[in-house]
Amino acid sequence: MSAGPMKMRAALGAGYTDVRVLMSHPMETGQRKDASGKVIALHFIQNLTVKVNGKTVIEGQISQAVSRNPVFSFRLKGGAKGDRIEVSWLDNKGETNKTETAVA
Amino acid sequence: MHPIKLAVALGAAALMTAPALAQKSIYADYQRMTAENAPTELFELEGEETWKKRQGPKNASLEACDLGMGPGVLKGAYAALPRYFADAGRVMDLEARLLHCMMTLQGRSSEDAAKRVFGNENQASEMEALSAFVARHSHGMKLAAGRWHAKERETFELGRKLFYHRAGPWDFSCASCHGEEGKRIRMSDLPKLSEPKYVRPLMATWPAYRVSTSKIVTLQWRMNDCYRQMRMPEPVFGSETTVALIHYMTVTAEGEIYRGPAIKR
Repeated sequence: MSAGPMKMRAALGAGYTDVRVLMSHPMETGQRKDASGKVIALHFIQNLTVKVNGKTVIEGQISQAVSRNPVFSFRLKGGAKGDRIEVSWLDNKGETNKTETAVA
Repeated sequence: MHPIKLAVALGAAALMTAPALAQKSIYADYQRMTAENAPTELFELEGEETWKKRQGPKNASLEACDLGMGPGVLKGAYAALPRYFADAGRVMDLEARLLHCMMTLQGRSSEDAAKRVFGNENQASEMEALSAFVARHSHGMKLAAGRWHAKERETFELGRKLFYHRAGPWDFSCASCHGEEGKRIRMSDLPKLSEPKYVRPLMATWPAYRVSTSKIVTLQWRMNDCYRQMRMPEPVFGSETTVALIHYMTVTAEGEIYRGPAIKR
């Protein structure tokens, strides 16, 4: 499984914005073996970037300890209806994916 | 705008099943946290694509599939299943009905439609993604499987009989594991499935994302796998047997608010 779909929601609260993003990724730890006993290569998301209206607000480094098909939710201070939130990731194989949504 | 919190949902392979007992369990927190962050939407998206995809000899999508509420009507359809379908002359659950639509609308053979009903962690099956997609449209609605038609009453009775029917090399029935209160297998609670208070929260959460195996699982899969654990011959997907058991449990859970697609251990 390589870069699959992502899905994101951004909801405005009183003075904050709640963002929830889902991503498809195998997040292989490099410690699992396949049916023939061969080690399954390490394959995980390394960098996670969150941008609000083009400005980077989170540069996260995550590891292979995160589960397959990760879900991240976080709260941003402030925000307004229509703000563009972009979340992108880069994995250790150089694969990347991103999704964008407007705060609702 | 500054980030003040970055919460990461981790899917560990800890165990949790029956919510009734879970309240007292140390895994309650784990269950709550995973439930808030189930990646089921990814599978629902995939299911939506499959629903709209033209395929089979008739090059048709499933968009005209009648799940009981009229052709193409998704809202509330899952909550009212299983039910009797006059055009098929039998009671069907969601998956049996989807198979029926694949055969009638898309012109596929039963072998082709049921070729890959259980997926793996790399790729969900068509059936699993479709189940998640359809079930989402009943989120928040009361479970009300059909139970008044003569065939529905017959199916319920068959399901109840099958639940207590002992067979196979180990002489097991569903009730061997699910017939008493307070039982468990390894760390998983074994709910008493003949009892509404235990079966209600369960039926309200299928299909579900299984954290320990990273896949979406359906009720037909659950029936199949329970029969495997009982060392019985493999039941036919969407058969009278599996549908009757699902129908029996769904009717027993009648009135519960559907909260799926959800997450399981």
